[in-house]
Amino acid sequence: MNILVFIKQVPDTNEVRIDPKTGTLIRDGVPSIINPDDKNAIEEALRIKEEHGAKVTVVTMGPPQAEKALREALAMGVDEAVLLTDRAFAGADTWATSLVLAKAAEKLGYDLIFAGRQAIDGDTAQVGPEIAEHLNLPQVTYVEKVEVLDGKVRVRRAMEDGYETLLVKTPCLLTCIKELNNPRYMNIYDIFTCYAKEIKKMGIDDLGLDKEEVGLVGSPTKVKKSFTKGPKAQGEKFDVPPHEAATIVCEKLKGMHLI
Amino acid sequence: MDFSLTREQQLAKEMLEKFVENEVRPIAAEIDETEEFPIETVKKMARLGMMGIPFEREIGGAGGDFITYIMAVEELAKACATTSVVLSAHTSLCCWPIYAYGTDEQKAKYLPKLLKGEHLGAFALTEPNAGTDAASQQTTAKLEGDYYTLNGSKVFITNGGYADIFIVFAMTDRSKGTKGISAFIVEKGFEGFSLGKIEDKMGIRASSTAELIFKDCKVPKENLLGKEGIGFKIAMSTLDGGRIGIAAQALGIAEGALNEAVKYMKERKQFGKPIATFQGLQFYIADMATRVEAAKNLVYKAAWKKQTGQNYSLDAAMAKLYASETAMYVTTKAVQIFGGYGFTKDYPVERMMRDAKITEIYEGTSEVQKMVISANILK
Ligand SMILES: Cc1cc2nc3c(=O)[nH]c(=O)nc-3n(C[C@H](O)[C@H](O)[C@H](O)COP(=O)(O)OP(=O)(O)OC[C@H]3O[C@@H](n4cnc5c(N)ncnc54)[C@H](O)[C@@H]3O)c2cc1C
Ligand SMILES: Cc1cc2nc3c(=O)[nH]c(=O)nc-3n(C[C@H](O)[C@H](O)[C@H](O)COP(=O)(O)OP(=O)(O)OC[C@H]3O[C@@H](n4cnc5c(N)ncnc54)[C@H](O)[C@@H]3O)c2cc1C
Repeated sequence: MNILVFIKQVPDTNEVRIDPKTGTLIRDGVPSIINPDDKNAIEEALRIKEEHGAKVTVVTMGPPQAEKALREALAMGVDEAVLLTDRAFAGADTWATSLVLAKAAEKLGYDLIFAGRQAIDGDTAQVGPEIAEHLNLPQVTYVEKVEVLDGKVRVRRAMEDGYETLLVKTPCLLTCIKELNNPRYMNIYDIFTCYAKEIKKMGIDDLGLDKEEVGLVGSPTKVKKSFTKGPKAQGEKFDVPPHEAATIVCEKLKGMHLI
Repeated sequence: MDFSLTREQQLAKEMLEKFVENEVRPIAAEIDETEEFPIETVKKMARLGMMGIPFEREIGGAGGDFITYIMAVEELAKACATTSVVLSAHTSLCCWPIYAYGTDEQKAKYLPKLLKGEHLGAFALTEPNAGTDAASQQTTAKLEGDYYTLNGSKVFITNGGYADIFIVFAMTDRSKGTKGISAFIVEKGFEGFSLGKIEDKMGIRASSTAELIFKDCKVPKENLLGKEGIGFKIAMSTLDGGRIGIAAQALGIAEGALNEAVKYMKERKQFGKPIATFQGLQFYIADMATRVEAAKNLVYKAAWKKQTGQNYSLDAAMAKLYASETAMYVTTKAVQIFGGYGFTKDYPVERMMRDAKITEIYEGTSEVQKMVISANILK
């Protein structure tokens, strides 16, 4: 069984700053980590490998520095790592990102694909589902339990007020949440071999894509403006009975031409 | 000259820091209180290859290097000195002498399980009347047919209550003095071998410090380590390397206490401002940080020398002497910076101060380190 795990390298903070001029993320000076949900994806793939036997390959699209995330995955015990890197991929939105990832999946071959639910920087939770659509695969999001059966998987999908249990034919794509498992640590054995392993690099030509389909050019999303919410001014406090408070609120709202 | 870590060592450091934060720090105060040996933590460490870091994979090791092992002891000690000495005694004092002096059969029999952490190791040299004067061993070993018969007792043996494999020293020929001492690989279950008193200690309280009793204990003659008569040499060369481990433990304790002190100084307010703004305390921090840095350089220099096959005996003694004194200095100052709160069990610095003391005593007291250092210099 071939398992692909899509992982994204993200800055180690929930407070990503955005360049107000270009509308892109500022990454300088922030240490990079594997996106937390993606670590759950890696753990699940490794667990399945240990139980049923499988080859686990991690794939990321990113700049050359994203290699560090792949080495970390190798140090956790995955078998192979693929870096999708090309100047033409830069500035991709979720559509262009998922197209590149889907093409890579086609080239690499798969029986099961894992992605994280959501990246802590871009935060859209779109990439996983979009890969499945590009590949015309069944998909289950918010996966909190996986059981591998013959030619299918039984998965539990977390809902706000419960869960669904679904039986899905493989190949399929699952997006993982942190409730799925406890990601393992890197280990000394794999840490000391991970840099000796070759990381397969693929660019636009290897994937058979056109410049128009990828990167900023291939991204239908146009970011008009992005900004950080300014701090709210301190409110006014009135310590008065409710009926007086109601009058004050109405006056204020009128004054602001809101009512 | 290059002080940077390799890429592998850097990844190992990231892993160790996470492991310590999630698995070690949360239980450090509790096991100090209960004296409960952290056996579950040892099992977790084993799964990550931490019980055999500096040994080749072919013999069951994790394929890492000595510097990474030293870093592991240091990182563990930042949060829990007990857990760090479990690793240090196991790796430096039990696995290493088997690796360095064992026959191929002994290595094949004992190393894979030890290095994978399925077995825990210990080192038994000290006796009630043979401490600093380790050569005056009273335990005897007499060859009778296919077995050596051991009689005597050992005290203060780290990991004693939980170890599976012990390196035990005994006199095979008293007439030859130090050249009459031999080393043996003793398994927990050998007939005539039992545990005595478990010490109730000031620090590293959850490490199991045990008395070992040998009463006509039968050790197969193939378990003699090296040759008859080289036991003292094995003990001394083992302790040379072990000292770097204890130095790393001391360094970690000092770093842990320094971190706590820095954090507290920024939070605690007196006279309307953080105590970090008082120059009297700022100067403590300057002294603490400088000594920690000096200790770190000594520890890693000694580790680097060992890893690169150079003679490290003098460096190890200096590193242990200075790092253990630094641990005492820094932890004592840390308690001072915490004031009355530092004296209570609500904060970890009193534990760190208690833990620091042992690093000036075991694997050769500070006085012994000075003998080793001066003998090297005055020779
Ligand atoms: C116009 C525009 C320009 C942009 N320019 C940049 C830019 O210059 N630099 C930049 O960093 N971002 C840029 N972005 C953000 C970029 O679109 C997203 O970071 C990216 O498409 C992934 O989306 P997400 O972070 O929301 O991932 P989500 O959809 O939240 O991620 C879900 C899962 O998909 C998988 N996944 C996501 N991304 C990758 C990846 N790259 N490789 C492998 N698996 C992945 C992971 O498993 C992840 O857990 C830009 C966005 C727009 C709209
Ligand atoms: C918690 C703990 C764990 C230990 N773990 C182990 C272990 O795993 N294996 C093991 O074999 N041993 C172990 N030991 C024993 C330890 O190594 C000895 O305690 C240490 O070597 C000192 O011996 P002693 O206690 O007999 O002190 P003594 O030798 O009685 O020393 C008393 C004092 O006299 C000083 N002194 C002695 N001789 C001289 C001299 N010639 N010149 C100047 N000063 C001198 C010493 O420095 C010390 O200050 C452990 C001890 C403890 C407390």
